[in-house]
Amino acid sequence: MTGTPLLSVEDVAVDLPTARGNLRAVDRVDLTLGAGRTLGIVGESGCGKTMLSRAILQLLPKKAKLSGRVMFDGQDLARCSAETLRKLRARSLAVVFQDPMTSLNPVLTIGTQLIETLQEHLELDGMAATKRSIELLAAVGIPAPEQRLAQYPHQLSGGMRQRVAIAIALSCEPKLLIADEPTTALDVTIQAQILDLLAREQKRRHMAMIIITHDLGVVAGRTDEVAVMYAGRVVERAPTQALFKHMRMPYTEALLAAIPKLDTAPHTPLPAISGRPPDPTRPLIGCSFAPRCRYAAGRCEAEKPKLAAAETADHLYACFHPIKLAAGVGA
Amino acid sequence: MLGFVARRLLYLVPVLLAVSLLTFLIASLLPGDLAYVILGDQATPDKVAALRHDMGLDQPLLIRFLGWLGHILQGDFGRSFRTGQTVLRAVAERLPVSFELMIMAELTALLIGVPLAIICAARSGGAFDRFMTGSAFGMLSVPTFLSAILLIYLFAVELHWLPATGYIPFTEDPIGNLRFMVLPALTLALAEWPGIMRVLRSDMIATLQEDYIALAKAKGLTPRRILFVHALKPSSLTLVTITGINIGRLIGGALIVETIFALPGIGRLLIGAIYTRDLIILQGVVLLVASGFVIVNFIVDMLYAVLDPRIRHGHA
Amino acid sequence: MATLDLVIQEDVTATPVRSTRRLGRLFWAALGWVIFVFAAATLVDVLPLPSPTDMDMLERRAPVSALHWLGTDGFGRDELARLIHGARISLIVGLCAPIIGLTIGGALGMLAGYFRGRFESLVVGSMDVLLAFPPLILALAVTAYLGQSIPNLTFILGVLGIPAFMRVARAATLTLARREFVVAAQALGASHARILLRELLPNVMLPLLAFFLLGVAVTIVAEGALSFLGLGVPPPISSWGSMIGEGRESLDVAPQLAFIPAIAMFLTVLSFNLVGDSLRALTDPRQGAL
Repeated sequence: MTGTPLLSVEDVAVDLPTARGNLRAVDRVDLTLGAGRTLGIVGESGCGKTMLSRAILQLLPKKAKLSGRVMFDGQDLARCSAETLRKLRARSLAVVFQDPMTSLNPVLTIGTQLIETLQEHLELDGMAATKRSIELLAAVGIPAPEQRLAQYPHQLSGGMRQRVAIAIALSCEPKLLIADEPTTALDVTIQAQILDLLAREQKRRHMAMIIITHDLGVVAGRTDEVAVMYAGRVVERAPTQALFKHMRMPYTEALLAAIPKLDTAPHTPLPAISGRPPDPTRPLIGCSFAPRCRYAAGRCEAEKPKLAAAETADHLYACFHPIKLAAGVGA
Repeated sequence: MLGFVARRLLYLVPVLLAVSLLTFLIASLLPGDLAYVILGDQATPDKVAALRHDMGLDQPLLIRFLGWLGHILQGDFGRSFRTGQTVLRAVAERLPVSFELMIMAELTALLIGVPLAIICAARSGGAFDRFMTGSAFGMLSVPTFLSAILLIYLFAVELHWLPATGYIPFTEDPIGNLRFMVLPALTLALAEWPGIMRVLRSDMIATLQEDYIALAKAKGLTPRRILFVHALKPSSLTLVTITGINIGRLIGGALIVETIFALPGIGRLLIGAIYTRDLIILQGVVLLVASGFVIVNFIVDMLYAVLDPRIRHGHA
Repeated sequence: MATLDLVIQEDVTATPVRSTRRLGRLFWAALGWVIFVFAAATLVDVLPLPSPTDMDMLERRAPVSALHWLGTDGFGRDELARLIHGARISLIVGLCAPIIGLTIGGALGMLAGYFRGRFESLVVGSMDVLLAFPPLILALAVTAYLGQSIPNLTFILGVLGIPAFMRVARAATLTLARREFVVAAQALGASHARILLRELLPNVMLPLLAFFLLGVAVTIVAEGALSFLGLGVPPPISSWGSMIGEGRESLDVAPQLAFIPAIAMFLTVLSFNLVGDSLRALTDPRQGAL
């Protein structure tokens, strides 16, 4: 990466007051992302990846407390005024949510939901906005785009709806697109198409992108860098190839092993990770993964390992007993 | 869409039939011989018997009902034996007054309730929200006639700004008409706005939690657009429901208000018919009001389909 | 809720502001007021008050004094005594009428929700037809023909409440009839009657009682409205409604004659609403963890 990164998440923590005490959803995370690069954030449900994305987008729930800095294009988003932030949206920051059935307004037409963004930020008039909307729908691969404008979300299939959501996100040429589990709610057959679409558009527009997912398979080959999250923290971060070839975290290893593979013999039990993530209102003193880790030893329970680079400068991990062997994708 | 409408229309027929049957039964089975009432102090057993035969009152109930129904379907609702006026005529004269009252009341209630609901939903949990919700609850415990007394005392007796009773048709004197209608409409509106505000507010609070609102925010739309277009439209279905339900309450409330403020509407026509035991008017008016109510509900159902495209296409 | 109309809040998502505290201060204050009014109405005869019917033509519309704690009305009658006697009438009608709705409507609702099928359609359909009539008009028509009396008034107001109670009972029964304890009882071969009486009734009773309190509030208002128009309780008996109606004549010279019973009625209706609403939030089986 040369020059200042487009996005720099610095020491960000998100606390949520709950009935059972304070919930630390995101625990002091640092991330950077350069313009035009893709970052994958991987982790189980509840690891804080969605909260992190909301923190970056400044869309946290009212009760949440954010600490740290979210530097985007030289500005700290956490300290911007509401109006400044609003103007930044769509033109600089865009998002695609997981379930297009709930993220698109059911009582407004597709056209309305596309055109309003264009009119708000690009100040296009009705005709120009309509024309541009049709172009966008065609670009994301929706057939007969003119007719779609008057249709409602429920009249489209799941895959088409997500394409619309992507079209909306791309409509004002954002510098950064965050895709939060963009394919989780879709059929497996559609997933690859959507991911390819995202990758294609990203290259074309030289856009930075963050893909959030629980599936390591999604980020393989589609991202420049991967950050693995567990219990609110980033526990491993590396360029994608390096992560898959030389993963250090036992957790990452376990995640990879849990992906079903075509060449496994039938009826082989899936090596799921036993146990559950810790209760976020009762954080552990030592490593959060220790109770489930097969390499855990005494020190792991007493002390929290810090995220640090050892052998190579761009491969960071937080573990006292990292895996030394080279592990390939198929192993 | 047409299939939807047709199906609902079919359901309407048996309901209207049952309503007319019930109306007829109430009027006919209650004690009090109509012939006696009509003849008054001229009643002798012979005259009564003769009148009863003339009016067909000595026939079996079912025949009488069918006869009455037959007349109704031909548009003959009978005529008042007091004034000689046909029921339809009497109703037609009074209907505009009641209509004007109810429409003004509902509009005022919406004008008060909807903005309050939006503000409270947008700032839910805040001081204003809590205050407004408490006030709405308190207002629901204030009977209509109480509000009427209060408003009369305040604006007519103390401040002398508005008249307490009276009426002039709109066509004769628009300003005067409105002056007479303000207090009655406001009285009814005070009874209706809390219901509107509470339900719309809770509906919007639920809507504001939806993902599509989060996306609308993420798209950088103005808060005003998010509230009024993205959040209000899905909740407008509820608004239509409430307004539809309110029409029924408004009819009852209009009765009281017309009497208190001396407005020559359907309500007073009904009360008058009750006082004078004018059975024909009573039967006709009750049937018309009840049927109107059923039809209004039907229209509300149709509006649903217009507002929520999912219902139109058979989803949701 | 200000007119004769018992509409259920179908949406359980509506959160009244004070719902987070289980039974807050307002609840106890409201309950206290209800008990106070109840006690006063019951004990009025032993209280050291002037008779409510004694007319003192020299002291008409008198202000507050040692003899007449709340002054006198247009006929020189003691206002406080009239107020408490009026409470008695309002409460009698207000409590008895909903009982009719509760028993008949509750029974019909439970049976409809339990047996389902054509019986249920019949019950729901007839209630829909009854609901097609604006209630006040029906009440007026019936009292006009049956004659004005307290029993007649109570009867018609009670009947008008049947559909609403039916709905509550049916909704509760529909929710509960699917729960395990009912299915278990059926598996054990319990008869319908047994299930209805031993299993369902105790549970349906709770939301019904909460709704009953709301019904009392509505009935007090309805009776008040009718009496206000002179078409409710037969003169010379007076309830709060008729007092307010009489007070309307002298709004310009003695507004307190209308406002004193008005405030009493408002506080009582509000209290019943508060208590009923709080209890309903607690006892709705749809919200229950059962």
